[in-house]
Amino acid sequence: MTSVTMTVNGKSVSGDVEGRTLLVDFLRNDLRLTGTHVGCDTSQCGACVVHVNGEAVKACAMFAAEADGADVATIEGQANADGSLSVIQQAFQDHHGLQCGFCTPGMVMSAAALLKDNPKPTEGEIREYLEGNICRCTGYHNIVKAIMAASGQDVAAIAAE
Amino acid sequence: MPKDSGIGASTKRREDLRFLTGAGNYTDDINIHGQAHVHFLRADVAHATINGIDLADAEKMPGVLRIFTGADFEPVGGLPCGWQVTDKHGEPMQEPKHPIIAHGKIRHVGEIVAAVVAESLAQARDAAEVIGLNLTELPAVVDMKTAVADGTTKVHDDLTSNLCYDWGFVEENKDAVDEAIKNAAHVTTLELVNNRLVANPMEPRVAVGEYSRSDDMHTLHTTSQNPHVIRLLMGAFVLGIPEHKLRVVAPDVGGGFGTKIFHYAEEAFCTFAAKAVNRPVKWTSTRSEAFMSDAHGRDHVTKIELAMDADNNFTAIRTETYANMGAYLSTFAPSVPTWLHGTLMAGNYKTPLIYVNVKAVFTNTVPVDAYRGAGRPEATFQLERVIDMAARERGVDPIALRRQNFVTEFPYATPVAVEYDTGDYEATMAKLEEIADMGGFAARRAESEKNGKLRGLGVNCYIEACGIAPSNLVGQLGARAGLYDAATVRVNATGSISVMVGAHSHGQGHETSFPQVISEMIGIPEDQIDIVHGDTSKIPFGMGTYGSRSLAVCGSAMVRAAEKVINKAKKIAAHLLEASDADIELKDGQFSVAGTDKSVAWGDVTLAAYVPHNYPLEDIEPGLEETAFYDPANFTYPAGAYACEVEVDPDTGKVTIERFSAADDFGNIINPMIVSGQVHGGIAQGIGQALLENCAYDENGQLLSASYMDYTMPRADDLPFYSVDHSCQTPCTHNPLGVKGCGEAGAIGSPPSVVNAVIDALQSGGKNVAHIDMPLTPSRVWNAMNNA
Ligand code: FES
Ligand code: FES
Repeated sequence: MTSVTMTVNGKSVSGDVEGRTLLVDFLRNDLRLTGTHVGCDTSQCGACVVHVNGEAVKACAMFAAEADGADVATIEGQANADGSLSVIQQAFQDHHGLQCGFCTPGMVMSAAALLKDNPKPTEGEIREYLEGNICRCTGYHNIVKAIMAASGQDVAAIAAE
Repeated sequence: MPKDSGIGASTKRREDLRFLTGAGNYTDDINIHGQAHVHFLRADVAHATINGIDLADAEKMPGVLRIFTGADFEPVGGLPCGWQVTDKHGEPMQEPKHPIIAHGKIRHVGEIVAAVVAESLAQARDAAEVIGLNLTELPAVVDMKTAVADGTTKVHDDLTSNLCYDWGFVEENKDAVDEAIKNAAHVTTLELVNNRLVANPMEPRVAVGEYSRSDDMHTLHTTSQNPHVIRLLMGAFVLGIPEHKLRVVAPDVGGGFGTKIFHYAEEAFCTFAAKAVNRPVKWTSTRSEAFMSDAHGRDHVTKIELAMDADNNFTAIRTETYANMGAYLSTFAPSVPTWLHGTLMAGNYKTPLIYVNVKAVFTNTVPVDAYRGAGRPEATFQLERVIDMAARERGVDPIALRRQNFVTEFPYATPVAVEYDTGDYEATMAKLEEIADMGGFAARRAESEKNGKLRGLGVNCYIEACGIAPSNLVGQLGARAGLYDAATVRVNATGSISVMVGAHSHGQGHETSFPQVISEMIGIPEDQIDIVHGDTSKIPFGMGTYGSRSLAVCGSAMVRAAEKVINKAKKIAAHLLEASDADIELKDGQFSVAGTDKSVAWGDVTLAAYVPHNYPLEDIEPGLEETAFYDPANFTYPAGAYACEVEVDPDTGKVTIERFSAADDFGNIINPMIVSGQVHGGIAQGIGQALLENCAYDENGQLLSASYMDYTMPRADDLPFYSVDHSCQTPCTHNPLGVKGCGEAGAIGSPPSVVNAVIDALQSGGKNVAHIDMPLTPSRVWNAMNNA
């Protein structure tokens, strides 16, 4: 067991973990931050995406011990301080970018990372960026649309295309 | 002006607030104080005799509480099958025992051989690694036609063969069909494979079993589409727990697509083990386990013949299908290739004579059962592919050939036992031509050709039978359950409403759309109405969500219950207003006396029901709560027309979906935004089947596609924006909402148009390719082109 300390959604947290404990398990089991999901065991689905030091990371592909000292952001910390939805979260609701909600935390975290680096991505850029996030419900139409809307683009024509 | 609430409004989903903030409550988020963890040791061979299992070392490993094997489950029942098909000779299907843990024999890769319950999951896994298995491997049965050949190894020694049933439908029509095909002016024949798929909801299955000694109560938290069905099957047929001592909870469920309908061994195990070790027991499937333990879908091999007269009118259809059941019969497996497939073989066309033969076969593979569409995609695919092929053979336009043969008068009794109540296939086809901009196709093709690409346009129609199902009918067909649903409308004293429903929402948005209906009926805001689902201790006995049934069946029950509530409330209002019941009208949440200005608000009436000071107690009971069960009179028949436009790269064989359009008739619509989302998701799954997804076994029964590295899920960059339309509406005539269901249409309607489009593209490039089996991967397309 090693002890780790990190900042998660702005709060300092610590815990004792085995070397093999994944960051996603530390978040879900030790911190009870169950918004971050596990959808695969080959680091391909993206349900577990969080931000570590500002970068989108698959939390199933990183040991908790590797995040020692890091600044971690999860879906639980994305809403505004007053509890209202962030621009991206609100766009997902407005454009029906989620159904069962299981891929959603990873999608929102990936979208946030994308828009930080590329504030007005094209449809193609969004689709390419989401290559590591699988959604089985939405067919991606409304996810792509929501991310375009969150970046301030006019999406009114898309549904009718 | 679109409505902003009630029926027809695109109300934003209230459930999104918790899902978007990480506050959902999925089964794996449930952790119960004192819980232990189970790890299942699964077979890594497809077929073997178990000579012995040595647990000695494993039992000494740290943290191990108990290890279970098949012997521990000898006293309890096997997993039941919910549907008995009768074969063409009138005999019942062969039905093998389906053990919780393999006993004596292993019959597919992934079957549970032992279960280690330990303090932690890591300890359970570590212990499973030192279990000693003494096996004698047996030849694996994988290919269906080989499986039913004489002399093949049997999957089940106690059955007479690997044939589950040989079904003929409609058997009495067989000779007439044979005769019509013999005398036809033209017969188009197509042999095809409907590829095996894995449903892959993003949330893997999870089960948490709990037992309370103080009241002898079992609780199972599980990722289910139908908690009451699980309670019934597991309680009555597997573990012998009476319903009142068993609670099944399916909280937020991360997608189902059929694969979470069925009762699985892991659910029974966790429930059983929780009592045996006196600790809550939790299992969370890994994705790798999901590939080898979730019921698979499709996996048909079919020969279809379409006969036409000299004027290209369809005169007969004959099919022969081999349907893979896998090693055991999953809950509804036998019904999928029969009653959910044969009855749809008429499609949208008035073919007078149809005969469907289905041979269901046992193999050493994971059980196969319903996956989004279930039988109907298989029917649609073969029919819409053979029609396209016939059009090419006859040199006629594939859309014109379809139009010529459309059913145009309703109700229409097909030769395969069902009666379509309403539809307008010409309307959806005309709408499709418009939204797919077919007029612009030639120019787009020319543009593609300039870029060295082949462009193709493929079209298909579909019909499905939803709103599953009239109980007396399915009872005659072999269902071992009724397929009604139920709802309780509980009005609270201050007028807010809780509706307890048998349907289960795992992405469909019932928490939003069901209140829209009640809001419309009563005239109170949607946010005054909540839906309760997923917990057998809270909801009436209903059959859950699958087969696009939630609104058509459970929604109808909800309407009936709400009508009872409104009728009673009117009596109370009449008393308060000193008028007669017959004169009371309810509008916008106000009861008024017709033709007067006397009125009383909804909330005052509901308060009177619970504080009955001034109340007709001699005539009616206090309180305001009603339950209704609704059993549909018929299936519903959503239908539509889909178009796909592809580009094929002749150098690589890679197919790109350029445009995809869907014109559907779902009857009346409650929430258009949700309906579009359902269609989008279905289309992506259909395109996935057509181009990407394939669950493959080698000849030894090894599962080759057991992770996302080998099984290609559709990604965002595989897919375009879709154009969907559901403005063609012929309301269902036999349910109170006039709704037909929309959940499966996209997955049913999309594969044929993708394949038709690719064939069209290849033929436009001078390649004489008549058919390619799905998935149309670059290598398959390239090989077909270069061998043509
Ligand atoms: S759980 Fe991390 S990528 Fe699937
Ligand atoms: S919303 Fe269900 S997986 Fe994306």
